[in-house]
Amino acid sequence: MEKRKNYTVSVYTENNVGLLHRISAIFLKRHINIESFTTSESEIKNVYRFIIVVKMTKSGVERVIKQIEKQVEVIKAFYHRDDETIFQESALYKMKSSSLFEERHIQNIIKDSNARIVTVNTEFFVIEKTGFREDTEKLYKDLAPFGLLQFTRSGRIAVSKEKMGISEILNTFKNQK
Amino acid sequence: MKNKKISGAEAVIHCLLNEGVDLVWGYPGGAIMPVYDEFYKFQDKLKHVLARHEQGAIHAAQGYARSSGRVGVAIATSGPGATNLVTGIADAQIDSTPVVCITGQVPSHLLGSDAFQETDIIGISMPVTKWNYQITKASEIPEIFAKAFYIAKSGRPGPVLIDITKDAQFELFEYDYKKCNGIRSYIPYPEVNDDSIDHAVKLINQAKKPLIVWGQGVILGNAEEEFKNFVEKSGIPAAWTILGLSALPTSHELNVGMVGMHGNYGPNILTNKCDLLIAVGMRFDDRVTGDPSKYASQAKVIHLEIDPAEVDKNIKVDVPVIGNCKESLQMITNKIDKRSHKKWISKFDDLMKIEFDKVIKSDLSPNKKGLTMGESIIAINEFTNGDAIIVTDVGQHQMVACRYANFIKSKSNITSGGLGTMGFALPAAMGAKMGALEREVVAVIGDGGYQMTIQELGTIFQLQIPVKIVILNNDFLGMVRQWQQLFFDKRYASTEMINPDFVTIAKGYYIDSERVKNRKDLKPAVERMIKSKKPYVLEVCVEKEDNVFPMIPSGASVSDIRLD
Ligand SMILES: Cc1ncc(C[n+]2csc(CCOP(=O)(O)OP(=O)(O)O)c2C)c(N)n1
Repeated sequence: MEKRKNYTVSVYTENNVGLLHRISAIFLKRHINIESFTTSESEIKNVYRFIIVVKMTKSGVERVIKQIEKQVEVIKAFYHRDDETIFQESALYKMKSSSLFEERHIQNIIKDSNARIVTVNTEFFVIEKTGFREDTEKLYKDLAPFGLLQFTRSGRIAVSKEKMGISEILNTFKNQK
Repeated sequence: MKNKKISGAEAVIHCLLNEGVDLVWGYPGGAIMPVYDEFYKFQDKLKHVLARHEQGAIHAAQGYARSSGRVGVAIATSGPGATNLVTGIADAQIDSTPVVCITGQVPSHLLGSDAFQETDIIGISMPVTKWNYQITKASEIPEIFAKAFYIAKSGRPGPVLIDITKDAQFELFEYDYKKCNGIRSYIPYPEVNDDSIDHAVKLINQAKKPLIVWGQGVILGNAEEEFKNFVEKSGIPAAWTILGLSALPTSHELNVGMVGMHGNYGPNILTNKCDLLIAVGMRFDDRVTGDPSKYASQAKVIHLEIDPAEVDKNIKVDVPVIGNCKESLQMITNKIDKRSHKKWISKFDDLMKIEFDKVIKSDLSPNKKGLTMGESIIAINEFTNGDAIIVTDVGQHQMVACRYANFIKSKSNITSGGLGTMGFALPAAMGAKMGALEREVVAVIGDGGYQMTIQELGTIFQLQIPVKIVILNNDFLGMVRQWQQLFFDKRYASTEMINPDFVTIAKGYYIDSERVKNRKDLKPAVERMIKSKKPYVLEVCVEKEDNVFPMIPSGASVSDIRLD
């Protein structure tokens, strides 16, 4: 059996309403669980970038990449192993303000983990931590005993070590016309 | 036409005319009425055919596209009209048929309010369309239509759906049409790589026991001529998938028959004996490969394919030749040696003899009392001189027709291959006829599938579309019954049907019809049907419990093909 691994799938697309659905449907159709999914405008205006984390076999992810690229409005899709990308996730932790003052230990936890207090008011305060999954998870474990009001973590954002060359692809099209 | 304002609905008509469309299949309803009003006004330029069900309309558009090579167009209202198209859209997607579907939608201010006849057809059709788009402003119409037609027919063709809100149909705007000839994120015709050609040529020149398997890509790429040249120069035996059928004449000496579940004995067995498999415009469907781990594993595989996503999808390929096979075939043919493979081909002949003795003889010249599907197809061959477009539904009759029908011209075999949609044939046949008026079109349908879209007799009658309809009636859902017999100990759960009088039904639509039960009546009846200039329904009562062989049991290897 081929082993399953984490892959970061990056998809460059035209800004199009339906693509989110189209791309996620490609995974759904093959019964593949998406670990995380983020989208934002990329380095090129009006070109969007989806970052999808999936656990799959290599041959599986290769096939999926081709299905994604086949979509009319997808410019290019890539997949990378974890060691081929620089990636991060952000997490927010909301806690009661009283605990910040009553439990001095919390302040040490925040300092030691390189987290940041985003806001404080009389009722609650919010901590932000960006890093690897282990980092945000560790902070979660450390803070949980003091009572978390809310916790949320973003999907992975990642850049690849290799060049993507999207502008070149778009320029070739322009030159052909 | 610039500066003069027209409605979105009128713009739809102009877009269709600009794309050279002269025939549209559809069914009206509230959300698409403004466009229908324009059909009325433009009826001398653009023919709209009213089907009797939206599924009929889309299958007709598919049949039209496949017989003519042009884009088929189907139009429906919102809600149930749109959802009734879905089966046909999925069928067109998996069989790569260029169709443009137009659906009406509730006014844009009502979107998401669960308005009367609102359905999210964009969401529903997304996984089964090559592309789709919802138009909410009239000004979007020209660009989106241009894009839709371009996408539907370019590269690997497929279905496209445009959903237009009712307010966009009413809205006035300045119409200006520019044809689409490129989309920057879309590469319909990947460039053929010279290295891949050289690599393929080398393998072909070295091969001792090569086999070609071709699919519909040859037809969709208009590459029949290039394909024939390749086959003839290489001297390699060539077998077809069900959708590739008719791209090379049946009588061609290098045509060795069908691969796959009910294909011929020789090409299936020898798939696992060849040293080189050259796949041309086909996608290694599981009905073709059987168990993929036991498919041609001894052979090197070359795959000529326009869609990169098909390469290495089901079968690992040694040399992918990505690009339009019209180009790559020519490039390969130019470089290969002229050869012949007499000894290797004689193996196909030997296996054909076995298949003939065990299967074909009793199919075609049966000594049992009841008629067989096989002899019915042979009778059709006789009176059409093998020059008809044969449209089949799904089931035993489909396999038998593909096995025994003769073809001279390309684009003559129209069937639902990938999706296996019962109910496809009757509407697809009327579409095929409208797409190729000069051709004889014969639909061959089982008694089950016939009743799935039987309502289209109404369309055929109203337009007097002269299609010839042959019902091969075994009073069973034959193919399912065969599986029940072979794999479920003859437990015939819900497969036997007490059928209506099909002749009377045809007569109710004022369509000429007759029934044959006896061998001596078959040929004269087929002859009358073919000679008729009008639509015609011929019911042939065949043996109730005949089976289609050879057969590769599902999940088995192609070389485990059974003759009985
Ligand atoms: C819409 C649809 N429903 C169910 C099936 C499953 N199916 C495949 S073949 C078949 C039997 C077809 O019977 P009939 O039309 O009488 O043709 P025959 O096999 O007897 O030639 C069925 C039910 C299908 N292919 N399509």
